[in-house]
Amino acid sequence: MVDLEIKIGGFTMKNPVSTASGTFGFGEEFIDFMDLNRLGGIFVKGLTLKNREGNPYPRMAETPSGMLNAVGLQNKGIDYFIKHTYPKIKHFDTQIIPNVNGATVEDYIAVTEKINEMDGIETIELNISCPNVKEGGMAFGVSCPSAVAVTEAVRKAYDKTLIVKLSPNVTDITEIAKGVEGAGADAVSLVNTFLGMAIDAKTRKPILSTVTGGLSGPAIKPIALRMVWQVYQAVNIPVIGMGGIMDATDAIEFMLAGSSAIQIGTANFMDPQVSIKVIDGIEAYCKENGFSAAKDLVGAMITD
Amino acid sequence: MKKIQDFKLKTYQWLNDENYIFTLQSEEDIEAVEAGMFAEIEVPNASDVFLRRPISVLDVDYDNKSLSFYIKAIGKGTRKLGTLQEGDPISLIYPLGNTFTIGNIRSALIVGGGSGIAPFVMLGRELKEKGIKTTFLLGARSKEDIFLTDEFAKYGEVCVTTEDGSLGEKGLVTQHSLFSDGSQFDKIYTCGPDPMMKAVARIAKERSIACEASLENMMACGFGACLCCVTPTSDGRNLCVCTEGPVFNTQELAWSI
Ligand SMILES: Cc1cc2nc3c(=O)[nH]c(=O)nc-3n(C[C@H](O)[C@H](O)[C@H](O)COP(=O)(O)OP(=O)(O)OC[C@H]3O[C@@H](n4cnc5c(N)ncnc54)[C@H](O)[C@@H]3O)c2cc1C
Ligand SMILES: Cc1cc2nc3c(=O)[nH]c(=O)nc-3n(C[C@H](O)[C@H](O)[C@H](O)COP(=O)(O)O)c2cc1C
Ligand code: FES
Repeated sequence: MVDLEIKIGGFTMKNPVSTASGTFGFGEEFIDFMDLNRLGGIFVKGLTLKNREGNPYPRMAETPSGMLNAVGLQNKGIDYFIKHTYPKIKHFDTQIIPNVNGATVEDYIAVTEKINEMDGIETIELNISCPNVKEGGMAFGVSCPSAVAVTEAVRKAYDKTLIVKLSPNVTDITEIAKGVEGAGADAVSLVNTFLGMAIDAKTRKPILSTVTGGLSGPAIKPIALRMVWQVYQAVNIPVIGMGGIMDATDAIEFMLAGSSAIQIGTANFMDPQVSIKVIDGIEAYCKENGFSAAKDLVGAMITD
Repeated sequence: MKKIQDFKLKTYQWLNDENYIFTLQSEEDIEAVEAGMFAEIEVPNASDVFLRRPISVLDVDYDNKSLSFYIKAIGKGTRKLGTLQEGDPISLIYPLGNTFTIGNIRSALIVGGGSGIAPFVMLGRELKEKGIKTTFLLGARSKEDIFLTDEFAKYGEVCVTTEDGSLGEKGLVTQHSLFSDGSQFDKIYTCGPDPMMKAVARIAKERSIACEASLENMMACGFGACLCCVTPTSDGRNLCVCTEGPVFNTQELAWSI
C-alpha cells in the first residue's frame, strides 16, 4: 500500500492530484466521465464578487502543443456559487477549493470573507495571475509590492489555508513567491498561463478577441517545471505545481522538482479521465521505485 | 449519458477531394444520439493537432454499433481524419450538446451550407416520421460543393442554390424563389457559415417564423469545462455553445437581425 496523502498547510488531500481552475468547471461537467471522489481536490472555476460575462468570442486558439485562452473569468459570482453550485458538489469526498479573483483588493477581501463563512471549505486559491482581465488579475501578481499587499489583506480576512497562485509572466518568480510567503501565504501554486498571442495570417487579424491570451498545455511544461524547482528552493511553504501535465510521468516530474501536489488543467479537455490515470500512475510509480509514500517524491530529484 | 468511447475506422466514402463520410465502429453499444448532437473526435497520430475536433453526428446505426460523420476538410485536423486506415483506433467523446426541437408544426424548411448539412439527415428523418412536410434548401458556391442530395430527397423536397448557377437557382440561399413564391413554413432550421445563418434568421424574424440555428463555434473541450465556445445573447449574457447549444432559438442570440 502506498500512502498517497498530502498535507498542504493545515489541510489534507487524499492524494496529490487535483484539477486546475478554469479547466474543470465546477466538477459537475465531469461526473459522467469519472468518480470525482477519487480526486485529491478540485480547484473550481475562478470566482469574482459579481457576475462576469467574460471576454467576447473568439476566446481560444490552438497553438503548437497547447492553446491560448481569453475566457476572462466568466462566472456567476460568489453568491451564486455559495447558494446554487456548492450545494450540488459539496457531498463529494474531495477538497473543493475556490479560486478567488478581484479587480481591487477590496473585491478580493469581500469574496474571501464570504468563503470564510462556508462550512466544508478548508482552503482558497488566491488568483493574482489571470492574464485575461483588464483590471486587477495579473496586475497584482507581476509586481512584488502589490502581490504582498493583496496577500496580506486576504490573509487577515481568511482563517484557513491560503494558497496564492503565481503568474509566470515575471522576471524572477522566486521574488514574488518569497514576498507572498512573508505576507502569510500557507502555500503557493504555479504556474498560471503565459501571456501569448496568435494571428491569422490569411485575414491578418488576431485570433483572440482580446489579441493576447494565456498559453497552457505541454508547450509550457519545461518552463513551468523550472519555475516550480526554483520556487521550491526559495520558500519554506509547500508548492503546488502545474503547467502542461498530460500524464502520470509529467506529474511525477513536477513532484520530483518540488511540488507537494499537482494540478491538471488543459489535459482535461482531451481526456476527461486523465486525472484518475495520473493518480493510478503515481501509485504505480511509487510501488515500482520503492516509495512507501507519495510525499517522499517531493523534491526527490537527484542532482549529484 | 456522455462518455469517452473507443472506435475503429470502418469505411470512408469520398464525395470529392475535400469531402468525405467516415463510419466508425465500436465494440460497445452506441449511446442514444439525437439530431443536432455532436462528438469530440480525437485526431490520431497528429503531432500538430492538439485538441479534439467537434463534428456533428451524421447518422447512427445502433445494430452495427457504428456512427458516421460528414467532414469537410478545411484544415489540419479535418484533413488528417481523412488519412486513417481501416481498423485504426479513434476515440470519441459523445453524445454532446442539445438537439433541435420540433413541437407542433406541419411544415419545416431546412437551410444548410458548408459542413452545416450534417445534422439534417437525422433531423429530416425525424420530421418525416412525424409526418411533417419538409423542404431542404442547400447553398454552395458551385455544384461541386453540393452533397447528400440523394439522402435528403428521402425525407422531403430538395432545393439548391449555387453562386455560379451551376446547379439549381443562381445566387445565395436567401435569394431562392421559395422565399418569394408564397411558400409557407412553420419552422426553419439552419446550420452553416455564420453570415448564411444570420441572413436566414433575419428572414424568419421578418415573417415571424420560429427559427433554430446550430452554431459551429471553435471549441476546446465540447462538454462545458472551459467556456471557450460562447455566443452572446440579445440581453448580454454569454451562452456556452457546447452545453446550452449548439442549437439555439435565433431570437435569443445577439445577431442584430
Ligand atoms: C457543434 C459543431 C459541429 C460541427 N460539425 C461539423 C461537421 O459535421 N462536419 C464538418 O466538417 N465540420 C463540422 N464542424 C466544424 C469543425 O469542427 C471544424 O471545421 C474543425 O474543427 C476544423 O478543424 P481543422 O483542424 O481541420 O482546422 P484548423 O486547421 O484548426 O483551422 C483551419 C482554419 O479554419 C478556421 N476554423 C477552424 N475551426 C473553425 C470554426 N469552428 N469556426 C470558424 N473558423 C474555424 C481556423 O481559424 C483556420 O483558419 C462542427 C463544429 C461544431 C462546433
Ligand atoms: C480555458 C482556461 C481557463 C482558465 N481559467 C482560470 C481561472 O479562472 N483561474 C485560474 O487561476 N487559472 C485559470 N486557468 C489556468 C489554469 O488553471 C492553469 O494554471 C494553466 O492552464 C496551466 O496548466 P495546464 O497547462 O495544465 O493547463 C485557465 C486555463 C484555461 C486553459
Ligand atoms: S468548448 Fe469548452 S465549454 Fe464549450
